[in-house]
Amino acid sequence: MLEIKNLHATVGGKEILRGINLTIRDGEIHAVMGTNGAGKSTLCNVIVGHPAYTVTEGSITLDGQDLLAMSIEERAHAGVFMSFQHPIEIPGVSMVNFMRTAVNARRQALGLEPLKSTDFLKLMREKRALVDIDNRLVNRSVNEGFSGGEKKRNEIFQMAMLDPSFCILDETDSGLDVDALRVVAEGFNKIRTEQTSAIVITHYQRLLDYIKPDVVHVLLNGQLVKTGGPELAQQIEKQGFDWIKEELNA
Amino acid sequence: MANEYVKKVAEEKYKYGFTTNVYTEIIDKGLNEDIVRLISQKKGEPEWMLDFRLKAYRFWQEQKQPTWAHLRMPEIDYQAISYYADPTAKKADEGKKEIDPELMKTFDKLGIPLEERMALSGVAVDAVMDSVSIKTTFKERLSEKGIIFCSISEAINQYPELVRQYLGSVVPYRDNYFAALNSAVFSDGSFVYIPKNTRCPMELSTYFRINARNTGQFERTLIVCEAGGYVSYLEGCTAPMRDENQLHAAIVEIVVMDDAEVKYSTVQNWYPGDSEGRGGVLNLVTKRGHLRGANSKLSWTQVETGSAITWKYPSCILSGDGSQAEFYSVAVTNHHQQADTGTKMIHLGRNTRSTIISKGISAGQSENSYRGLVRVGKDADGARNYSSCDSLLLGNRCGAHTFPYQDVQNATAIIEHEATTSKISEDQLLYCNQRGISTEEAVGLIVNGYAKDVINKLPMEFAVEATKLLSVSLEGSVG
Amino acid sequence: MKTSELQYIELFRQCRQMLDAGSTPVLNALRDEAMAAFERLGLPTRKVERYKYTDVPAAFAPDYGLNLQRKDIPANVQDNFRCDVPNLSTHLIYSINDVPQPSPAAASTFNTFDETSGGIFIGSLAEASRQRSELVALYYGRLTDLQDNALAALNTAFCQDGIFVYVPRNQRLQQPLQLINLLRSSVDMMVNRRLLIVLEEGAEATLLLCDHAMDTVSFLTTQVIEVHCADNAHLNLYEVEETHTKCHRFSNVFIQAGRDCTVTHNNLTIFNGLTRNTTDVVIAGENTEVTLNGCVVADKNQHVDNNTLIDHRVPNCRSHELYKYVADDAATGAFAGRILVRQDAQKTDSKMTNANLCASTEAHVYSQPMLEIYADDVKCSHGSTVGVLDTQQLFYMQQRGIPTEEARMLLKFAFVGQVIDEITLQPLRERLHYIVEKRFRGELSKCTGCALCK
Repeated sequence: MLEIKNLHATVGGKEILRGINLTIRDGEIHAVMGTNGAGKSTLCNVIVGHPAYTVTEGSITLDGQDLLAMSIEERAHAGVFMSFQHPIEIPGVSMVNFMRTAVNARRQALGLEPLKSTDFLKLMREKRALVDIDNRLVNRSVNEGFSGGEKKRNEIFQMAMLDPSFCILDETDSGLDVDALRVVAEGFNKIRTEQTSAIVITHYQRLLDYIKPDVVHVLLNGQLVKTGGPELAQQIEKQGFDWIKEELNA
Repeated sequence: MANEYVKKVAEEKYKYGFTTNVYTEIIDKGLNEDIVRLISQKKGEPEWMLDFRLKAYRFWQEQKQPTWAHLRMPEIDYQAISYYADPTAKKADEGKKEIDPELMKTFDKLGIPLEERMALSGVAVDAVMDSVSIKTTFKERLSEKGIIFCSISEAINQYPELVRQYLGSVVPYRDNYFAALNSAVFSDGSFVYIPKNTRCPMELSTYFRINARNTGQFERTLIVCEAGGYVSYLEGCTAPMRDENQLHAAIVEIVVMDDAEVKYSTVQNWYPGDSEGRGGVLNLVTKRGHLRGANSKLSWTQVETGSAITWKYPSCILSGDGSQAEFYSVAVTNHHQQADTGTKMIHLGRNTRSTIISKGISAGQSENSYRGLVRVGKDADGARNYSSCDSLLLGNRCGAHTFPYQDVQNATAIIEHEATTSKISEDQLLYCNQRGISTEEAVGLIVNGYAKDVINKLPMEFAVEATKLLSVSLEGSVG
Repeated sequence: MKTSELQYIELFRQCRQMLDAGSTPVLNALRDEAMAAFERLGLPTRKVERYKYTDVPAAFAPDYGLNLQRKDIPANVQDNFRCDVPNLSTHLIYSINDVPQPSPAAASTFNTFDETSGGIFIGSLAEASRQRSELVALYYGRLTDLQDNALAALNTAFCQDGIFVYVPRNQRLQQPLQLINLLRSSVDMMVNRRLLIVLEEGAEATLLLCDHAMDTVSFLTTQVIEVHCADNAHLNLYEVEETHTKCHRFSNVFIQAGRDCTVTHNNLTIFNGLTRNTTDVVIAGENTEVTLNGCVVADKNQHVDNNTLIDHRVPNCRSHELYKYVADDAATGAFAGRILVRQDAQKTDSKMTNANLCASTEAHVYSQPMLEIYADDVKCSHGSTVGVLDTQQLFYMQQRGIPTEEARMLLKFAFVGQVIDEITLQPLRERLHYIVEKRFRGELSKCTGCALCK
């Protein structure tokens, strides 16, 4: 269970998050929608521990562990995974080497032996099949020369490899056509278990057609101002955010 | 096609190559301690100034002229030059006279009217001919704000405390051979003092003119901008056409305090020599700014089209934390001109930033080199530099060279340098020709487009002038 | 003249007879001219532009022994030395200090110019000059630029033997040749090493040179490699230095390439003390392609200075350079590269890249990429960077659970790995990736290859 209480965060001295309260139980999927600059990406980055963001108040716990006290990698080992909006290219670092290092770092943190090379390659093969990612991509450097769709699929592949308990999908739909979006979303649905919970950040309903949220939140101006069921997302798709702002002003 | 064009186009005459007939008092040729004393005496200088000159002279005598630049420097006979020429002096039988109308006319002709009512709006001018400042305009108006703008000779006598504090503090006389020479014999130049939190309301400008034969000009300029101050300063230079080389060895020093900003622009159009490489000014210049204050800013912009030889590296020492320096340069060489020019960015303070944009254009049988140093000291955490040096070659008898030096001793510094070389393609010319633009105009357009990033940094009135100058300098050069 | 030079001049005078006796007439013929040039030039100081980053006289000042009597140094190389690059089936030859060792069986077929092996010669330079003096004399010392290069002159004055690699017209070395240079001595030792490579028209060869030190005394090595590539010759030359912090290496590589050649020189400094590599390439024939690459991993007080010159004399040629440095602790990394495009060298296509990571505040990185261009229809560029590891890449890796230090390490391998990726010889490429990884992990404190270090 992820619990965020009264979270305030700044970047470059400017307050972006202004008191976020959010509880996500195991197995739940929460969508967070909001206008540009509302603080959606900041929320993701603060949860994973991006060094550019400073938490000035509040707490984040995952299954009772204080995430804010952990380094970025410790949070990852605790089960946090972020699918990046813009996955970065890392020339010269092969996917295989990258994944092996990541998988074994987590195993070590969990007190497990590193995977044997053959077992690791077997795991790669299995997960690759699951998300239908080309062997060719796996043999390249991390994200280097990947198309937008390939990058997003690679994020889901890494998610499958690392078996997280809490996922953040930061605008996974951005830059994808409908077919690519479906493949990525279906990949996510295949790998999630009943225990996996997630935050899905999006501007559009269409991702939520595939990844069905249990709860939808509206993030405006650094605060969660409205919470509802999947119908809230549909209403936003039709009417935008202005009516919510008007409600707030009233 | 382009090559044939070169041969066809007649040689462009240097527009500023006329001479002024005015009585000029010129001291005897040669350099020795007596000459240094004589210069100081003529300027009515205090004892400390003479001391400074003599120390510099003694140091200079022990030094050898540097040879590291990519230049074929003619041998300079320092004893064959006169070190002081005063066009404002009177003949013995004359009484007190106003500024000779010939001098006023000269500057009119150069497009620098010295009558305030006729002057370019918003530009104050200090006009220097040979060794003497002729006139400084708008002095009174500036002094209302506490701004001092006058010739350095005047400043030495009127504001000795200020001058003494800063002169030689950025470029010590021991800095290099030509700096030592200048420190010994400097004649005139400008002094600018911007008090705290004062924004200079107009562009300040100094116009240097060499007129007399067989004389050297030794400009000395000092700009001090106190905390929170701002000034934009421009220097222009021309000289008559003469068969022999003329020597111009200058020093410019700039001190920038906390949060202050200085913009220094140069449009250098000294006589470049003729198309056979005879004559022309030897332009050997040390320019340096010291960004002493936190968050201070200094930007050098230069358009170098003149001189037979240019040896010049306007530099910045970034001591103040968060200080920012810029160097924008266009250097054009044609015929037998040679330029070895660039900058030094010395990062000492934290989070200092510098940008270098250099555009070299070589034509004819000229040699054009960019030479630059970016140094990041141990303590300059977070230093950033970006350098971009492009060369454009017009014809295959010229040379275009890039000699950047990077020296980094800090684990958080990020330094990037890139350089490219290109030519004007036949396709570009054809495209322009098809649209009815002559090859000559097309080259002008393309070169100006190439240099645009730099020209845009100049104050507007001068940007227009610089644009024309670029086209003119390259006439008869397409290849 | 300073003492640094005097001791060599004195030694030369005193031991002239001994030098000649231990060598052959072809090599002896250049000795006087070389020493005269050395006396005139003196060792280059830091005031000399090309040597501004390395203090040469200081390195030559200590008193080193020289093995001018050509005494055998006891070292059972086959037993003591295991090749760093397994699976690389090579002709393997050894040189201890500056003395070529009798070849193991595999390579011994090549030291007679025998017709059955296509006239290929691989072996002792002195021996070759005894068998074919006119041939060796045609090439020996022709590219060394004796009158301008004091270090090459000094080497030539003292050189008594070396390795000669000769591949006649249209012949090809079927297997890569690996030359292992071992430094071995119980007292501080100066070594003057020489390699002469001649590829005739249409010849092909791949060479791997490995430097190792078997003893922990100080070594001062001068090395001169002359490479003659006639038209349509193809050469890959790899150098790997894995010595220790008391090794001083001054290498001068001179390459002359004719028409339609491809020449690749890859210089990897993995572990060293003080290294100065000078690489001068003359492109004298059209349609030739030259690649100069290098990677440097330096920490402690290590000093690596690579200085290159590519001289484009003719039109329609290409050259590429990629040098990457990681300098940590109090290491110094210097790169100065000059591309000279002469007036006739139209349509030259040249690109030079130098990228550096300065990983500590005590480390010092110098970068000086230079273009000197006299032809207008050319495509020339250079780029140089000094930077830090990409924080976004680090963040991404950390988010995947990779510990910060591990992530930094991976990014460092990747950084220099780009240079290693350019190596066409696959087993060597893999082995070097492995060695560099070990190097960054601190598991490589000296050379890996020799049993003595283990």
